[in-house]
Amino acid sequence: MAVNEKTLDAILNEYPAKVKRSRKKHILIKDSSLGRQEIEANTRTIPGIMTNRGCAFAGCKGVVLGPLKDMVHIVHGPIGCAYYSWLTRRNKAKSEDPGKNFLSYCVSSDMQESDIVFGGEKKLARMIDEVVEIFKPNAITISATCPVGLIGDDIQSVAREAQKRHGLNITAYNCEGYKGVSQSAGHHIANNNLMERIIGQGEMEDPPGKYTINMLGEYNIGGDGWEVERVLKQIGYHIQAVMTGNGSFEDLKNAHVAQLNLVQCHRSINYIATMLETKYGTPWLKVNFIGVQSTIESLRNMAQYFGDEELIKRTEDVIAKELAEIDPMLEPYKKICAGKTAFCFVGGSRGHHYQGLYRELGIETVLAGYEFAHRDDYEGREVLPKIKADADSKNIPDLHVNPDEKRYRLKIPVERMEDLKGRIPLSNYKGMNTEMRDGSVIVDDLNHYETEELIRILKPDIFSSGIKDKYIPQKMGIPSKQLHNYDYSGPYAGFRGAVNFARDISMSFATPTWNFIVPPWKDRPLLAGTIDQCVNDLCAEE
Amino acid sequence: MLDCTPKEIKERTGGMINPAKTCQPIGAMYAALGIHRCLPHSHGSQGCCSYHRMHLTRHFREPVMATTSSFTEGASVFGGGANLKAAIKNVFAIYNPDVMAIHTTCLSETIGDDIPTIIKSAEIPGGKLVIHANTPSYQGSHITGFSNMTKGMVSYLAEVTADIKKEQVNIIPGFVNPGDMREIKRITQIMGIKYNMFPDTSGVLDSPMTGQFVIYPDGGARVEEIRDAGNSKLTLALGAYASADAAFLLERKCRVPARVLNTPIGIKATDEFLNNLRQNFAAEVPRRLEEERGQLVDVMTDTHYHFHGKKVAIFGDPDIVTGLTEFVLSLGMEPVYVLTGTPGGTIGGPRGNFEKEVGGMLAGSGIQGRVKAAGDLFELHQWIKNGPVDLLIGNTYGKYIARAEDIPFVRVGFPILDRSAQTYLPVVGYRGAMRLLEMVSGALLDRADRDAADEDFELVM
Repeated sequence: MAVNEKTLDAILNEYPAKVKRSRKKHILIKDSSLGRQEIEANTRTIPGIMTNRGCAFAGCKGVVLGPLKDMVHIVHGPIGCAYYSWLTRRNKAKSEDPGKNFLSYCVSSDMQESDIVFGGEKKLARMIDEVVEIFKPNAITISATCPVGLIGDDIQSVAREAQKRHGLNITAYNCEGYKGVSQSAGHHIANNNLMERIIGQGEMEDPPGKYTINMLGEYNIGGDGWEVERVLKQIGYHIQAVMTGNGSFEDLKNAHVAQLNLVQCHRSINYIATMLETKYGTPWLKVNFIGVQSTIESLRNMAQYFGDEELIKRTEDVIAKELAEIDPMLEPYKKICAGKTAFCFVGGSRGHHYQGLYRELGIETVLAGYEFAHRDDYEGREVLPKIKADADSKNIPDLHVNPDEKRYRLKIPVERMEDLKGRIPLSNYKGMNTEMRDGSVIVDDLNHYETEELIRILKPDIFSSGIKDKYIPQKMGIPSKQLHNYDYSGPYAGFRGAVNFARDISMSFATPTWNFIVPPWKDRPLLAGTIDQCVNDLCAEE
Repeated sequence: MLDCTPKEIKERTGGMINPAKTCQPIGAMYAALGIHRCLPHSHGSQGCCSYHRMHLTRHFREPVMATTSSFTEGASVFGGGANLKAAIKNVFAIYNPDVMAIHTTCLSETIGDDIPTIIKSAEIPGGKLVIHANTPSYQGSHITGFSNMTKGMVSYLAEVTADIKKEQVNIIPGFVNPGDMREIKRITQIMGIKYNMFPDTSGVLDSPMTGQFVIYPDGGARVEEIRDAGNSKLTLALGAYASADAAFLLERKCRVPARVLNTPIGIKATDEFLNNLRQNFAAEVPRRLEEERGQLVDVMTDTHYHFHGKKVAIFGDPDIVTGLTEFVLSLGMEPVYVLTGTPGGTIGGPRGNFEKEVGGMLAGSGIQGRVKAAGDLFELHQWIKNGPVDLLIGNTYGKYIARAEDIPFVRVGFPILDRSAQTYLPVVGYRGAMRLLEMVSGALLDRADRDAADEDFELVM
């Protein structure tokens, strides 16, 4: 069954009038005859709505900063925010020197009531000193939680003083949870500081390899980044820095030397991508390493960008080799998955990225959306000039960078750049909506009520989202796949990742456990027997 | 694993490294889920509600329903009153709970939102209830938050409606799993005593797979039951940190005498729980329970040599850790390091005295050990580096220390994020003690098997 305007209205009519007015603008039914359909995104969630969204702190410390392994990430605030963002995201990292990998440590200034009343700056400064003494990290970040901004602790000045004291890069992030309307605000805050204070601080002037790239918006969840790296290295790429999965301060400092920046998660890292282009002249390429076809296309686009025949050939060789390995492995899973439908509601890019992989397995995405995306993630970057700033987005400062006097250089000639832009998504992202089929539903900031109603109508075969809503469809008997953390599996990226994903999705359809939901006695009468006919007043028994 | 933790211990005053506690609101959210048809509401930024739901869902592997006031920068400056009023209206219109249980956050506490005043001016549909608890994250811990929301249940709901107290007991189970709450109820039923348990998350966070999703499952303490708690003859608060404050409030408000007991983990604390029921209700302990006790003592005696003299480190929430310490002592083990992250003696915080009580237990058994409240796992790890143990007991976060130091590890407490089914099964009562004993011996003997040379590998142990 499909959703049409009428069924959508029936769902929305259950809302109080104000909520209905707002939510209506966040839901679309894809209709390509209408051209670019406008959706409202990155605006406030109405209080009392059971949203999946988190906060700016989660986007800054949890998403962008947290995976950087050789830095200690101090959380300034009461204990909770540090605790919940400790080891919960599956951003894997490995260091040659295990003494320089701090990801299993949770460091909080653990503000107490007296710190709220009298200020927490001194305690934070002590924590920095203790961290330097105990851990000797390559750098330190400080992330603010809600009360810090309210009581006016000046974490920037604490960081500056500590940097002088210890001669160490110490950056502070004013990512209080109330800023913006979701995690997205925190991505932006983190992007600004990393760009301003870390990227370009290194001394490298030239790319260390012939094809030197950065991978932006790859967080190495379940080892995704490692699988992509495995393929890229075979082709001959040199990866300078990953932002930020398995990333490090040491690599990030020299990210300016790359000749191309790949952008996997557009939402969380597009600010750095565009600033790197302005400051150093490095274009960015929107890639998608989720799904076999998307991976192939991304690899071909990269090769086209460099335009080197040898590289193009090696790319095709690696693609052929990888396909030969995985195609037979995928076949049995495709049989299990064929003809099924999915909901795909994730973060700020996976809602889009996983649709292709689902399609390759024979699963059609009938509903998709993002938790914290902006309009450009849905409608494409062409919509950027049309997005009006509101009170919430104005609170997040835009960082403006200028071309670096010494290090700015055009990586490819202007004419070639223009030519390439017509063929590959160079410094551009077309958004999710273009790839969705007519009649499918696009929902921004999907909430619990809408989830239940839309499942009831569309009856998807699999629901993919996060941990908070995982067990809701599952209670209904619908398989549920976490696409934030992959249900502790992975990698799902690249060629081998596609096989892992197909295996896991097939397992969720095929598990025998679904067969036991209804007890075997449920549809049978309590007393079973037959009534014998009595003949000549004598019953058979007698 | 944890390669950056040095052996040398230096005094730290800058905060926590690898905490053994989290913040109040998650405890309040968990407690509120123990009321039937109740929707917890987090008055703060969206992230708080999101983090708490995520963490509870990971531990219970069940839907955790809760809403948020979705603070923005504007609300943080001008106050969250408008957000909360809108939330109250929308929650009842869209999610239709019987009770909305609001807890605060460090954000709304710092700006000083006056929740009772906001509730008074909100539109609340007839027959619906809104209760609240102040749960500032910068005091106490998640256990304090649980205690505060339980106090909120008493202050909003409990009342005296009968002249004579009824022959029934109020049981405040503390921050334990639904499986534990079920076990405490089962024991009380076998004793033949009528009870009111609140909060009671059994039937809510251990709900069965039926092919249907219901936003409010069958379980949870009924509002009428919590109301009727004011008419009970006695309140048993299980666990000083999580349950005592609510019991004493009920004593002041409704003149129901309060007794604070240890969480009935292990044989002594379970004996104490039964003794209290027996004496206050003149109910003899039935043979069934004596049989369970006797079976436990039988196994403890049969296998005492598996446990005796083994050194153990225990960490987690204070009421649970106190119970575990007593139980391992009764097995002849030596709990040399006992640590909780929850502080004692904070303003508005819980009234237990962890260091004194656990320190007393150790002294009573002639054990030299370290006991610390408001500690962290970084320090616990350093203690272990300086004096090794045979076993570590605690929540999932302990697995990093266990791996780093290669010590057997038993998961007990909150949260357990990497194993399943534990929320359905008890650690309280004699049956729960039997289960703990099985887990501990399994961990110790698996290690002995792993480490044994072929010629020392034993069939019978």
